[in-house]
Formats: sequence, C-alpha cells, structure tokens
Amino acid sequence: MRIVCRCNDVTVEDIEKLIDEGVTDLEELRRLLRIGMGPCQGRTCIPIVISILARKTGKRPEDIALPNARFPVRPVKIEALVGGEK
Amino acid sequence: MIGIIGGGIIGVATAYELAKLGEDVIVFEKRYLGSGSTFRCASGIRAQFTDEANIKLMKYSIERWGQLSEELNHDIMFQQTGYLFLATSEEEVEAFKRNIKLQNKFGVPTKLITPEEAKEIVPPLNKDAFLAAAWNPEDGKASPFHTLYAYKKAAEKLGARFHEYTKVTMIEKEDKWKIKTTRGEFKVDVVVNATNAWAREINSMIGKDIIPIKPYKHQLVKTEPLERGQIEPLVCPPAWNDSYVIQDGEDGGVICGTALEYETSPDDVTPTYDFAKEVLKWAVKIIPALKHVHIVRQWAGHYARTPDNNPAIGEIEDNFYVAIGFSGHGFMMAPAVAQALAERIVKGRTKVPLDWEWFDPFRFERGELRSSAFQIG
Repeated sequence: MRIVCRCNDVTVEDIEKLIDEGVTDLEELRRLLRIGMGPCQGRTCIPIVISILARKTGKRPEDIALPNARFPVRPVKIEALVGGEK
Repeated sequence: MIGIIGGGIIGVATAYELAKLGEDVIVFEKRYLGSGSTFRCASGIRAQFTDEANIKLMKYSIERWGQLSEELNHDIMFQQTGYLFLATSEEEVEAFKRNIKLQNKFGVPTKLITPEEAKEIVPPLNKDAFLAAAWNPEDGKASPFHTLYAYKKAAEKLGARFHEYTKVTMIEKEDKWKIKTTRGEFKVDVVVNATNAWAREINSMIGKDIIPIKPYKHQLVKTEPLERGQIEPLVCPPAWNDSYVIQDGEDGGVICGTALEYETSPDDVTPTYDFAKEVLKWAVKIIPALKHVHIVRQWAGHYARTPDNNPAIGEIEDNFYVAIGFSGHGFMMAPAVAQALAERIVKGRTKVPLDWEWFDPFRFERGELRSSAFQIG
C-alpha cells in the first residue's frame, strides 16, 4: 500500500482504481478522494496525483491544470483571526 | 431525446430519473460536473422550513435521501444528524413554536428543546447564548461529491450521456429544439434548463428571461478534522447573521457559514478575507472551543436567488423546462425535484408532493411572491 495523500490516507491504488473507472478529471478525482483538501492543501499529493494521471491517460503533466490554492495557505488557529474581537 | 443544460445536482439527478423512465438523455456542462453550486455547498438537508410547500417537498426529499445509497449502488454518506436552530430572544421562541406546529402538521417531528437538552446533542455548545432550540433529528447531511457521482454513474448505466466542458452557445426552435454547443449541434425534443446561477443566460437564448435570478457569492470556512460526534447537526442561531456550524460527514472538519454575501458574476469564486473574520466571529460564539482549532480552507460558491428565495420549477415554453433559482436549497431538494420533474415531463403527472403553483416560473412576471424561505446551510 503506497500512501499518496497523508492528510486523508489515499493510496496509489485508490487513485488508479478511479481512473480505471473513467474518472480522469483532476477536479473530480480530488473531490471523490479528498486529495488536496487536508491541512497540507495538496502540497504533498497533488504533484504525485498529476503524474499518475499523466501516466494513465497519456496526457502531458503540464497540460493538467492545477486546482485552485485556497486561503489560508497554511492552517491558522481561529483565535489568531478573531483575536481582539468582542 | 431530452437535453439537460447544467451538470450540477439538479441536472444530473434529473438525467438519472429520466433515464429510469426509459428516456434518452444528454447532459451539457460547461466545466466539470458539480463545478457550479453543488460542489461548493455546505451539504445540509432539512425539512425545517416555514411554509407548507417547502416542508412537504423536503419531507419527501428526505425519504428519498434515505433510499439513495442503495438505489444508486454507491454510498452517498447520507446521515440524519439533525438541524438545531437556536432562538436568542422571546420573540424568536414564539416564532419557532409556530414553525414547529406547521412542521408537525405535515409529519416533520421537530420539537422545542431546552439549552441543556441541546448541549447533550452538541456537547461544546455555548448554552448560555440562547433560550430554546428547534430540533429535528430527521434533518441531516450527505456528501455532495459522492451524491453527484452516484447519480451520474447510475444514469450512465441506464444510457444517459454526459458532455463535460461543453458550453451551450445558442438554442433554436425548429421542428425540434436545436442546441448549439462548443462541441457541435444536438437536436432534442425537450430541453431542461438546470443551470441555476447561470440560468438567465440560457433562458434569454429563447427570449424568455422571465425569472429574475441574481447570483450571490457565499463562502464557507472549514477547520481541520475533529473527533466525530462533537457538532454533528447543523447548528444555527438565525439571529446571528444566519451563521451556522456543521461537522463534515466525511472527514469531521467543521464547516462554518454566515450570510455575508456579494452580488457578483457566478464565475467569480474568489474567497475574501473579510468573510473569514466575520464567519469565525460568529462560529466561536456558537462553539467557543473552536478558537483553539485551525482553519484549513475557505472557498466560495453561489446562491442563485429569486426575489422570494423559492426556486422556479416548471415549463416556460413548449417542451422547455426550468428547475433553477434554488437560493441555496438545490442540493437538499434535488432527489424530490428531479423525480417530480422527470415524471411530469414523461407522464404529465407525479406523485411527488411538489406544489407546481408555488414554484411557478411565471409568478415573478405576475408580480406574485411566495413567503420567503429562509436560507441556511
């Protein structure tokens, strides 16, 4: 078992299985497996998923659009954002 | 053949229901399926509405939600974890009592509970902040991602076809409807416009811009995963700017929403920093311990609002149907609306308790408005 997404425990096998079932859009893969949605925001997994997707579909990695980066870039404690507010 | 424009939950579920009735269906989506409002929603499902039409429709929809995992042969993660509305003033307690009476009349088992009882359901709740709560344990949540995918897979098995990254550019009436897209022309007998926040653009193509939908950008903030069972129901004190918190049914992160909204193009989904500050201010009032939790992401989607916050569902031209303007309730209503619409198109009638007159697309032209359905989660 080879883990790709450490936030949500997604393996290479999980990704390859979905691609074999016909899910070849990065946005759909992300949402079905929650890759890139954990605290690391996809830093670890997204490049690996893109290379798996490229290998399985014959696309060039540079032709696969990256998902949007979301605020905050790194996890932030809520009290840091509401601090001082009453 | 039936052509559905819009690959969100309403379009995809309707495709499934039509295919189940033996129809040949084709769906056009300008980006990827779910890319509009569906994949950005907070996942809540509730029958706690304040009018007969929405209560009856949602009661039926919740029954359908309960059958979907088995019927579609895919776990959509539907859980009846309830909705807990908090009343913060005596006037609100009275209003809640009236709503509860109406909901009970149509078989929805909402009841008024004390702050202590509410705290048993949501242990970290700030019980000093409210006087009473409206609790319906049958309300719940499901995974927008898995629900859409499950409907799509089931529809494909029945022969429906999905064209993603295919934008509709023109619709013409000849002997049949001719739909021009970025991937060629298609002739269909019936058109369904299920594009929600983008619906006016499509209706304008046939000269029928009669439903004044305005897209409002709504945002959500989500925390890191927490231990399950802390904030499972959607918890909302409506008087606090319609703010709410709900633990995600998949990973346990807490989704926080508030009514800070922006009138903008539905293609603008850029999150804003002022939203993060505003939503978290309310979230920590509902659940003080959230202060010590990290937020990991923020995103935006759109409420496609009509002037009375009720959708427009029906036929606006011969063989041209709409199911649009869901004002933040499309995901929860989809199982009932999709079935009702498909049965009406194919058989001319349906057993789904959908009040066609209430949701009549022509009501805005006549200057009629329904009582406003409140818009939370």
